[in-house]
Amino acid sequence: MRKIAAIAGITFKEAKRDRVLYLLFFFAAVCIVAARVLAILTVGDRVKIIKDVGLASISVFGILMAVLIGTSLVYKEIDKKTIFTLLSKPLHRAQFILGKFLGLVLTLFIMTLFMSVIFLALVYAHTFRIEWPMLVAIGYIFLEMVLVTAVAVFFSTFSTPILSSIFSLSFVLIGHLSWGLELLIRKMRAGFGKSLARVLYVFLPDLENFNFKTEVVHGLPIPSSIFLYSFLYGLCYTAFILGLAVLVFRRRDFI
Amino acid sequence: MADAVRIENLRKSFRLGFIPKTREILKDISFAVKEGEIFGYLGPNGAGKTTTIKCLLGLIHPDAGEISILGQPHFSYHARERLGFLPENPYFYDYLTGSEFLAFYADLFGLGRVEKAARIAGLLKLVGMERAAGLQLRKYSRGMLQRIGLAQALINDPRLVILDEPLGGMDPLGRKEIRDIIVRFRQEGKTVLFTSHILQDIEMICDHVAIIVGGRVVRQGALQDLVSEKVLFTEMTVAGLPPEAFHGLGENVSVQGDKVLLKVYEEGRVEAILSLVHDRRGRLVSLSPRTETLEDIFVETVSKQ
Repeated sequence: MRKIAAIAGITFKEAKRDRVLYLLFFFAAVCIVAARVLAILTVGDRVKIIKDVGLASISVFGILMAVLIGTSLVYKEIDKKTIFTLLSKPLHRAQFILGKFLGLVLTLFIMTLFMSVIFLALVYAHTFRIEWPMLVAIGYIFLEMVLVTAVAVFFSTFSTPILSSIFSLSFVLIGHLSWGLELLIRKMRAGFGKSLARVLYVFLPDLENFNFKTEVVHGLPIPSSIFLYSFLYGLCYTAFILGLAVLVFRRRDFI
Repeated sequence: MADAVRIENLRKSFRLGFIPKTREILKDISFAVKEGEIFGYLGPNGAGKTTTIKCLLGLIHPDAGEISILGQPHFSYHARERLGFLPENPYFYDYLTGSEFLAFYADLFGLGRVEKAARIAGLLKLVGMERAAGLQLRKYSRGMLQRIGLAQALINDPRLVILDEPLGGMDPLGRKEIRDIIVRFRQEGKTVLFTSHILQDIEMICDHVAIIVGGRVVRQGALQDLVSEKVLFTEMTVAGLPPEAFHGLGENVSVQGDKVLLKVYEEGRVEAILSLVHDRRGRLVSLSPRTETLEDIFVETVSKQ
């Protein structure tokens, strides 16, 4: 555990030096604050606009941070050959991947925390209260970031940062559109096509499981079983992707 | 004496290029390094030295062959706990200071706080980096990086130290200091396996050597068995006589002022030149017989392949 913590610590130190992180944070902050301007220009419930744009900004910029930082950090270790000294120590390759992943998660946690403070302060300035469903929505956005980080780390174990970023962003895109398959399965007749769609749906990510923005903005009730299901889904999918990353990384030669 | 490293029939191929083509890098490599000795692993560029080291460290999976470190399989956790490694042209986390860098590696071995602090202080002193300990690695010169890299290789007080080109980029003084440290390892009972292009250094400190060419170990053994005492030629510098005077006696290498540098291949001719100098009232400035060196053996071996 101490070795994983050491790798996570060095990853956090390296990630927080990345200028891309601060650039994305700056744009996220601008977007969250711009929601206030947008609210003024809109007819209707201003707070809803602030909540909607604010949560969407945290989600979009958080995912971008996960992809851009996640895809470069493992690759950098290989490219700059720091991995040679690390893996010659009594350190399993799985410990290295897990340490990298946890360091990135820590970085994203702090960034999400900062973005959330700006967002919640803005909402508080309008409503004079903080509703717990907003915190839950942010929590699930963070869970999505964790999963995307695992995906970014997985791709970076065998690919360049540019390709890994494209693959990871495609994963996010597919993940947010795959719920359409669920609708399709319901409307299809039983047969090969339906079975194929089911198999596809099982393997393709469904990132809409982490999206509680609409419910929070409009104050709709959310059954607690959905929370639990989404949490377990995120946990299991992340573990599965990290497992794949370890498998690929273990077989890799470092030339 | 037990073997610190044993490599048997090691083979490794890579598929390289846009249209992948298999290239065999290691072709049946076998050698053993005894505990407590300094072992030099030599070869021209691209011979497979670094690939062998990487196989040994588990960074590359061999296609065939067996590797053991201190009696354990090379991938074992236990074997890694007892070895230290310095790669060629090391690059480290450049935003860390020298002390932070060593502390990070100490954490990978699970050293306690007190032991870690003592070990770091001792190693900084050993490699002469005490004054640069608080400086970020990005501000280090290549030689300084090499020294701090050597310190990280020793953070666990290893029984086996593997050094890939440890003397590259060092000034003559730095090279001597690193050589002295390596010799001290032997006195402490550590085993050292190192690769180097600087053959004089290997000749000075190694007990055994192996020469690898084209992925094969072509020559190996104790240094004293490989390098003979045979005189290859004698270098003579003579003053006060014209170069033409030595025609047929020795090879005229250079003329500086009234001094002529000669290379003489036969012992009988050395005496003839000495008589000539005496008879014509010249002056002998220097005379040095050149025995066979590791470099001669290396050049001969590589050019034969």
